[in-house]
Amino acid sequence: MVVVAVVIVPVALRAVAGQAPPAQPASAAPPASAVPSKPFDAAQGRPAPKRPAPPKAWTPTRTPWGDPDLQGVWNDATSTPLQRPSTRGGKDVLSDEEANEFQQELAFDLTRDRRDGGPEADVNRAYNDHWMDARRLKITADRRTSLIVDPADGRIPPLVPLDPERQNARAARANANARFNAGMPYSPEEMSLPVRCIIRTDSPPYLPTIYNNDFQIFQSPGFVVIAPEMIHSARIIPLDGRPHLGKNLRQWLGDTRGRFDGGTLVIETTNFRTDDGVVFQGANPATYTITERLRRVAPDSISYEFTVEDPTTWTKPWTALIPWTKIDPAEQMYEYGCHEDNYDIVHLLRGARTREKNGEGKR
Amino acid sequence: MRNLCRRVMILGVTAAVIAVGLTVATNAGQQASPARPFPPYKAPRLADGHPDLNGLWQALVTANIDLDDHEAQSGPHPELLGAYGGWPAGQRIVEGGEIPYQTSALAKRTQNLENRMKVDVSDDKKWHDLGDPEFKCYLPGVPRATYMPFPFQIVQGSSPYILIAYEFTSATRTIRMNWKGDAPTDSWMGWSRGRWEGDTLVVDVTGQREETWFDRAGNYHSDALHVVERYTPVSPYHLMYEATIEDPKVFTRPWKISFPLYRRMEKDVQQLEFKCVPWTEELLFGKFRKTP
Repeated sequence: MVVVAVVIVPVALRAVAGQAPPAQPASAAPPASAVPSKPFDAAQGRPAPKRPAPPKAWTPTRTPWGDPDLQGVWNDATSTPLQRPSTRGGKDVLSDEEANEFQQELAFDLTRDRRDGGPEADVNRAYNDHWMDARRLKITADRRTSLIVDPADGRIPPLVPLDPERQNARAARANANARFNAGMPYSPEEMSLPVRCIIRTDSPPYLPTIYNNDFQIFQSPGFVVIAPEMIHSARIIPLDGRPHLGKNLRQWLGDTRGRFDGGTLVIETTNFRTDDGVVFQGANPATYTITERLRRVAPDSISYEFTVEDPTTWTKPWTALIPWTKIDPAEQMYEYGCHEDNYDIVHLLRGARTREKNGEGKR
Repeated sequence: MRNLCRRVMILGVTAAVIAVGLTVATNAGQQASPARPFPPYKAPRLADGHPDLNGLWQALVTANIDLDDHEAQSGPHPELLGAYGGWPAGQRIVEGGEIPYQTSALAKRTQNLENRMKVDVSDDKKWHDLGDPEFKCYLPGVPRATYMPFPFQIVQGSSPYILIAYEFTSATRTIRMNWKGDAPTDSWMGWSRGRWEGDTLVVDVTGQREETWFDRAGNYHSDALHVVERYTPVSPYHLMYEATIEDPKVFTRPWKISFPLYRRMEKDVQQLEFKCVPWTEELLFGKFRKTP
């Protein structure tokens, strides 16, 4: 819900389009005093009540024309990592006590509200903390250790051997990211798609990031439309069973078709462009498939699940589950302008040219 | 928020000015033009009893080139683009004559026209000084988004929000039905509040960034822009669109544009992408790239 028109670059966008450099978690252990220890309750910080059974009994409301009603503004922020960290002994679901510790550890790494870095770090963190999503500091209410639910180890399956062309592409991307992180980018084109304001968190699968984790869902007879906050695009999903676009008509966000399977919206997306960074985690657009499932499981909660499969990238399909929480209707989703005031792209390129002139960055 | 007080004042004045303006200058258009080419029509309803405006719509006017009368022209760089770059002629969509600029405001339009294809982003403070925002692939604002040569989809369901999703640069705007209160901040597509007047969806738009233009001819506005749009179904395949434009810093009175919107009827037609940002990177940022 933060209006930030300018791209704040030095902060790595966690897991955006699989292309932003991965966040570097701080390695320091959280001080015992960082968050008072108490039984875990993600929502309130109060002693957790005994968990009710999954709300199976709740009957989803329907639109006047009979579709399950998903309309509203939803937020998917969480600190639960996509992949299970090794620190929790491989457990998939934690006890209340463990969950509380896990949340503290993650929050300590993610928060900017800390004082252990000296005055300069303090100012930098304070500046960044105020626009970041506070919801990103809480793990999922079901106390999982990873968003990935399949495979059972909570990790992205191993890669299959990549052909040399794709290995080279990955190496080139890694080099470009390294230059970017060192403040020495060569060109706008080698920056990531989110930094260039082409696609951002609007690219499926939807993963939590540090801010603006909002999605507004609109529905009309025959359509579901998901409008992610970044970057002001609308994913128009026809439900009428029409065929996908012809295979030579590819798009940055692909081509989406949906259907309701009982209470679940099942979305299939194809026709992705082949540009680097368009499909998730450098998968191969020629063989990559993604299926997303949205089901409203409570008045204020949607279960968002995606399965990706690519036999030329991963050894098996994998699935992640991310809860979406309805946000207060009084809270509004604001326009995320991006390209219009992308000062940073100029600052970074000019800065790099100036550094080169001063003799930096020579091999 | 910086504009809040001023805007509240302007809104007060505006109401009076519009009332006068509409009666005097555009009464005929207000009453007659939506129905003029069409027989009486009652649109299908959604469950809430309001007309169903859902669909993929597109304007056929060439007002994005110039709201006023314009001859066919070569467009930029015919030595490179030949007939590919040509722009079609078109008739004015402004009702009642020319756009009523204040005398002191005309110079900037001329300047805009001269500078429409110039850009310089080397100084943050002058970032938006030069160039047509469309040329730079910026969000187009309202009403320009409506008459750009791209379709847009209206998504009207059973929530108090109506979405308009435009093909050009994936622009979107949310119309908040019966929303009270002013824009919380300025934005490129503005803050849209909707209400029904009979079969007409009336949308009040404020809080638009002052940098958007109305067309390639350099017609422009200030941060005091106030647009009232009217979408009226006049057949299963047409909406009549009207926009009253008011800006006391630039114009002498409110003025109005109107034209029909056409439903896209091709089998399986859908909105596609026009993500133009990559095509502007060399133009905007090329001079800062590393040279060998």
